[in-house]
Amino acid sequence: MKRTTLALASVALLAAGYTGTASAQAKEQFVPANGYWVGPYAPGGSGIFGGFLDYLKMINARDGGVNGVKFTWEKCETEYNNARGVECYERSKKKGPTGATMIHPLSTGITYSLIEKGTADKIPIVSIGYGRTSAADGRVFPYVFPLITTYWSQATAMIKFIASKEGGTAKLKGKKIVLVYHDSAYGKEPHAVLQKMAEQYGYELTLLAVPHPGNEQQSQWLQIRQIKPNWVILWGWGVMNPTAIKAAAKIGFPRNKMIGVWWSGAEEDVIPAGSAAKGYMAAGFNISGANFPVIQDIKKNVYAKGEGEMEDQSRIGSIFYNRGVVFAIVTVEAVRKAQEKYGKGQSMTGEQVRWGLENLDISEAYLKKLGATGFMQPLKVSCLDHEGGGQVKFQQWDGTKWNVITDWITADKALVRPMIEEDAAKYAKEKGITPRDCSKES
Amino acid sequence: MTFFIEVLAGGLLAGVMYSLVALGFVLIYKASGVFNFAQGAMVFLAALTFVSLLEMGWNFWLALLVTLVVMVGVGVLTERIVLRPLVNQPPITLFMATIGLTFVLEGLSQMVWGSQPHGLELGIADVPMEWLSEKWNINISKFDLFAAAVAGVLVASLAVFFQKTRIGRALRAVADDHQAALAVGISLQHIWAIVWAVAGFVALVAGMMWGVRNGVQYALTFTALKALPVLILGGFESVPGAIIGGLIIGASEKVAEVYLGPYVGGGIESWFAYVIALVFLLVRPQGLFGEKIIDRV
Amino acid sequence: MLYREAGQFKSTYAEDMQIFPIRQDRIGVILLLAVAFLVVPFVATQYWFSALLIPFLVLSLATLGLNILTGYAGQISLGTAAFMAVGAFMAYNAELRIPGMPLLGSFIIGGLCAAAVGVVFGLPSLRIKGFYLAVATLACQFFVLWAINRVGWFTNYSSSGVISAQKMVILGYTFDTPASKYVLTLSIVVVLALLAKNLMRSETGRAFMAVRDMDVAAEVIGIPMMKTKLLAFAISSFYCGVAGALYAYCYLGTVEPEAFVLDLSFRVLFMVIIGGVGSIMGSFVGAAFITLLPIFLNLATEVIANTFDIEISHAVVSNAELMIFGGLIIFFLIVEPNGLARLWQIAKEKLRLWPFPH
Repeated sequence: MKRTTLALASVALLAAGYTGTASAQAKEQFVPANGYWVGPYAPGGSGIFGGFLDYLKMINARDGGVNGVKFTWEKCETEYNNARGVECYERSKKKGPTGATMIHPLSTGITYSLIEKGTADKIPIVSIGYGRTSAADGRVFPYVFPLITTYWSQATAMIKFIASKEGGTAKLKGKKIVLVYHDSAYGKEPHAVLQKMAEQYGYELTLLAVPHPGNEQQSQWLQIRQIKPNWVILWGWGVMNPTAIKAAAKIGFPRNKMIGVWWSGAEEDVIPAGSAAKGYMAAGFNISGANFPVIQDIKKNVYAKGEGEMEDQSRIGSIFYNRGVVFAIVTVEAVRKAQEKYGKGQSMTGEQVRWGLENLDISEAYLKKLGATGFMQPLKVSCLDHEGGGQVKFQQWDGTKWNVITDWITADKALVRPMIEEDAAKYAKEKGITPRDCSKES
Repeated sequence: MTFFIEVLAGGLLAGVMYSLVALGFVLIYKASGVFNFAQGAMVFLAALTFVSLLEMGWNFWLALLVTLVVMVGVGVLTERIVLRPLVNQPPITLFMATIGLTFVLEGLSQMVWGSQPHGLELGIADVPMEWLSEKWNINISKFDLFAAAVAGVLVASLAVFFQKTRIGRALRAVADDHQAALAVGISLQHIWAIVWAVAGFVALVAGMMWGVRNGVQYALTFTALKALPVLILGGFESVPGAIIGGLIIGASEKVAEVYLGPYVGGGIESWFAYVIALVFLLVRPQGLFGEKIIDRV
Repeated sequence: MLYREAGQFKSTYAEDMQIFPIRQDRIGVILLLAVAFLVVPFVATQYWFSALLIPFLVLSLATLGLNILTGYAGQISLGTAAFMAVGAFMAYNAELRIPGMPLLGSFIIGGLCAAAVGVVFGLPSLRIKGFYLAVATLACQFFVLWAINRVGWFTNYSSSGVISAQKMVILGYTFDTPASKYVLTLSIVVVLALLAKNLMRSETGRAFMAVRDMDVAAEVIGIPMMKTKLLAFAISSFYCGVAGALYAYCYLGTVEPEAFVLDLSFRVLFMVIIGGVGSIMGSFVGAAFITLLPIFLNLATEVIANTFDIEISHAVVSNAELMIFGGLIIFFLIVEPNGLARLWQIAKEKLRLWPFPH
């Protein structure tokens, strides 16, 4: 009996392997939704892909797609696991009439694993707000787009924000800043930038590692109590965030001197911390709220028909959900841009979408047309710069919702850019890549 | 000096939290020889069920009772479906089965209650006690003391249960010798079901304590990893071992992280507890209170 | 009928001692290898190579490594992923820092480093056993990942701690297509599997089994306990180390320390238990089962949902898959606690008589 199960399994797998290459009808644009709906990071995965797919559904319903080309998608569970992520990528890359439009890996680890694969398969890897920072150098990474803003940009924006609170960058001298970070590749991202800025501005930086998963932070926060820092930057992940906020309350560290990274700044990160989270601040490249016209359109065109992704409709307009909508706006606009060059009303290949991404120009006026003024920042991508925006807003938790407390704060690109180029050049050398000449790109 | 006291006290109290989880492991291992890796998932399931019921507007005690019923149900079902067919299999097989059970419980919890994290407050704020911090500049959280008290009550009631009740005596008989227990007419199946139910109760208590600290979310399953060094230090079969082991592990890992961590880049907590336990085992292979013979491969 | 050994006479000692003493086994293995080497590279799609076959082979090798330790020498380890990490990162450093280092040489260096780490963390096995040992090996798991994260040298001072595997060139040939990576992985795995099979019928292998079955008795008949146990750890870790290097080079291409978390150790242990403790073939079956089952479940639910046009929330489906995965593991443990390899043995017994069982 068991052997037959196994045999059946392998037959089905075989069949699935081949049907994957069968082509569907034309006039469709296939976007893989490789995310996670189980495990510790499910709140983020389900929220972001909820918003992402709802927006695509809305574009299909309201506009009939992009110039008549409707979006299709398929979900694939990556469990936030590199191996599963690669499997999902391989499964989804040939689907649809023209293959995968672009991949949102939604995990820094998976992004790293896909950089070479995506480049070889000519499928853009779009990592918005995560992934490899130095991929912003489009000359070395033609198929990788760490769009909107990167960890390094964010770190500089945080220091800028702290400076503005302290009354100017000159006041930073002698101030103590502690970085509490998730002990992983992700948490180590900002070290170099923050250290460089410490030299520049003369603040004292202490780095405190929190071992994965971060559900026990007693010793780190006792150290903070000893250091008595002016500011704490929280570079956390999952359960580490509420635990850190709780631990801060436990040693009596003021929460309004704590700034979280954008992966520490969703409702899911503060609600478990309860009242302790009041006053806590976090950066974000998108903001929360359901009053934007674009979210209202989703409600009207998708939820009114009962086709929405979110079972719990109160999550519409949450940070994660809106972040997914931002991802989707970028996706749709890149396809639209590509169609302008390669033929309106056609399904675009990954290679064509890559051009679309690289020439993406979402202006403030265009954002207004999308109904997303203030919802996300204007974005202009180029061959040289695969990041584009580089701005964040800071938001503060008042116990029930996030309130925006600053306008867009621009990153210190003069500081970050040379570091990006240096790292990209190192990668190019290691891999034997000759950087593109951007003046020759059309 | 005050800082050292603070670190030490904080560590001891953190250790109590580890002990709470470790207790569940010990109970099951003692009675059935199963190293139940699903204890972490049970903590998660219990806390999530409890908090979801609370959020649906249920009365605190009613929610507690219903959660307890659910946990007992899970315990009994586990005994019936997983353990009974696997009687007499090597311990490693049983261990693997409990990992399978972990997946089932994790999937079940998130399927029924969703994956959103919840906040949980038990009315005792996790803030430092003011008089202590004002007078001595020592920070000790009220909630930590509460958790320690809960752990104390839990251990005491378990002790009474084991020593004074008929079921408790049967439990100890089973732990001593399965066959002899069977021979005098104790039903192994019943005992196992009871033990799993009690472990479910312990999981609920641990889940509530940890839930206040971290929020009720998937990561509660990781608490199991915190309990493992406690177990090898204290011995798999010893309730006092779980408590003392927890205190030692908690205190030493905090002291190490604070005083040793800065010299090596920090974050040593992740492995330091295991190394302590390991070094200790090299000197005393049966753990603190473990039984002498540990040839149980 | 199909599997009748009667009539196969061994007239020399060497014949009796060969790796596959039964003719049907020899033919079977040769056929299997022929298909794997000559047919599969030309038929399989890219998806098959990159998402199914290569991970299956790499994890088979890791499972084989753990099986040597757990199945043959009777020591439980939960540090497999850490040994793989050592292999991956040291292979990367060997390739990076030693000019002109041949790729296979780097893999071997990775394996040897893993073996050295294995010996160090195998030391407690001299004093403790069973679950105590298993939990003690967790120290290795956490310590190694911490060290890789902390010491910049391992990752060549990359800001994020992620390493990206160099180009794979052997004798001027570049392995860059999925098919070529598959062939490379397959070759290494086959060679190491045959070596393992060979090892297990040697004096060393028998010493392992003696220690597993009863260490006191083994010591009494003169098997050096320390040497045997540490050797088991060394060989096992070597296999895991090479598997880790393949994981980085042939499978993912880039790895971060977090790719080798505890979860992977558990997965490999699962493969050993489900496949069959103390069986080389079981390692492959187990690896196939655990690697492919979640993917198969995922595809199956998709097919079911599409054919019956059911609208289920994806979160429910994903969680259901996880539950089914756990449930199936329990199910297989209950029906066949000795692993899938045992099923094959039963099948062999049956085939010996089939189709005339009486």
